[in-house]
Amino acid sequence: MTTKQALYVSGLNVSFGNFAVLKNLSWTVDFGEVRGVIGPNGAGKTTLLDSLTGKTKYQSGDIYVKDTVSIKNLTEIEIAKLGIGRKFQKPSVFSGLSGFQNLEIALRAGHSRSIYQPKLTSRQREKIHETSELIGLSSELSRNAGTLAHGQKQWLEIGMLIIAEPSVILLDEPVAGMNSEERGKTAELISNIRGPNIAVVVVEHDMEFVGQVCDTVTVLHDGRVMIEGPMGVVQADPQVIDVYLGKEAASASSH
Amino acid sequence: MFQASEKAGILLALCGLLLIGATSLGFSTSQYAMNLIGQIAAFALLALSLDLLWGFCGILSLGHGLFFAIGGYLVAMHLVKVTFDATGTPPDFMLFMGWDSLPFYYFQLDSIAYLIVAIAAVTTVVSFVFGYVSFRSRVTGVYFAIITQALVYMVMLYMFRNDSGFGGNNGMTGFKEIFGMPASGSTTAAFLCGGSLATLGLCLYGCKKLVDSPIGQFMLAVREDESRLRFLGVNTVHIKLIAWCISAILAAMAGFLYVPQVGIVNPTILSPELSIEIAAWVALGGRGSLLGPILGAVVISGLKFILTGLAPDLWPFILATLIICVVIWSPNGLADTSSHVASFYRRLGSLTSIKGRSQP
Repeated sequence: MTTKQALYVSGLNVSFGNFAVLKNLSWTVDFGEVRGVIGPNGAGKTTLLDSLTGKTKYQSGDIYVKDTVSIKNLTEIEIAKLGIGRKFQKPSVFSGLSGFQNLEIALRAGHSRSIYQPKLTSRQREKIHETSELIGLSSELSRNAGTLAHGQKQWLEIGMLIIAEPSVILLDEPVAGMNSEERGKTAELISNIRGPNIAVVVVEHDMEFVGQVCDTVTVLHDGRVMIEGPMGVVQADPQVIDVYLGKEAASASSH
Repeated sequence: MFQASEKAGILLALCGLLLIGATSLGFSTSQYAMNLIGQIAAFALLALSLDLLWGFCGILSLGHGLFFAIGGYLVAMHLVKVTFDATGTPPDFMLFMGWDSLPFYYFQLDSIAYLIVAIAAVTTVVSFVFGYVSFRSRVTGVYFAIITQALVYMVMLYMFRNDSGFGGNNGMTGFKEIFGMPASGSTTAAFLCGGSLATLGLCLYGCKKLVDSPIGQFMLAVREDESRLRFLGVNTVHIKLIAWCISAILAAMAGFLYVPQVGIVNPTILSPELSIEIAAWVALGGRGSLLGPILGAVVISGLKFILTGLAPDLWPFILATLIICVVIWSPNGLADTSSHVASFYRRLGSLTSIKGRSQP
């Protein structure tokens, strides 16, 4: 296996008006890894995802996908077609449609040639069923996606990403609002998704979950990468404890 | 509901064809009734066109009267041209301007085939250009609705001008013959009514096929969450343009059917009131159901025909009350009424069974 860089962010600057959110940020993610991104509120985690998906334009620096492709001048549609899939913080599924139709749309969207093809091939149907099994929703496929439970919507959205066979999956708070059983299932799902040809980025506040699913953790603070390493190392770093875990611990004890 | 719309489409088309067949065999009908039904069928088609766009793709247009008018004005130009060719005198509105022949854009309009091509072409070009510019700039929701309203208003102001060659504020009327038939008479009315019903039925059937197709699924996905679809790599501008242009063509067809039946076209069909009324038909009937808006158009325009005669001053109040009632009790429109009735009976049933149990 040759490890290539799935994402290469170089000297990225993003500001809204006079307020700089990302400051000269440089960061890489390799294929085959599951990367966690943590950091206090306002550190720039969501802005980083927005820049990676074309939702927010960056002022300077650049982002390269799969080693060579710069996304600077691409629209979010073109970036998605490069194989970057994103799950939003708020579960975003097509509520008026069934689970099957949600997956079908994502599958068609991922293969521009079959987008309006009248009937699905049997291979494509099979793929929808495989994916639904992977996300644990095979018995809920005919249900209206709007009536699914919060956790199921999150899984459906992840399913919509993986069915398009992406190179990079960006998950914004995949376990927010989930109970411990659902968190466990999500962790299992992520370990099933990972593979040599895919990079998974998990932005999450839940430390335990990040430690469980991620190989390496990046701590963002004030628009910069503060430290990067395995969860154990990161958690022991005095700086991190000071800016992030300290606050977390303080707020956790006050609950 | 959905399977019902296919059946209803076929049934309407058969009714229309049957009417045409019976009339050509000499069966006579009431001219008033035929005229009324035919006009309502044209309105129903107009409602269907907006429903396809608003109910299935989530795009509200408050300017659909524009496309209705494109169909209506072009067919009126055809009728003016035919009358001119027969009598050799231009219509009054042109005589007042001192014109002794028709302006160049009436060229060839006496041919029905050319007329149909012209309607399709003008509607497609206008809707495509306007839609492409708006959708590409991501104008959505109320902003899009307001722009469409402004567009229809702008065109209305232009059409009020007497030097435009389209009849100005008086409009175009006084047609001598309609598609080779005398301009008035019960046979003509029956043919036009049958044609309108058949067209409505076929369009309903076609819309059902469209919303069930992959394009229809993508339209629903745009309605539910357009940005999610974009981040899946789909250029939603294409899907919105398809829905917008098809809807515009349906509205133009409605105008094409409507004007010969009323025998006049004038800028009032471009007034914002008509465009808003179309939205009221759809909202009242039920967005996102194909049969609902047809029902809405039939109920409201039927009531309007009756009540504007009986109590013209009261009509706006009656319409407003009707809309408020539907919004309060049946937010999904009349199409949802059947489920309301069912749930009412369920509640009634459970109520009586509770009473029955508490008796002993």
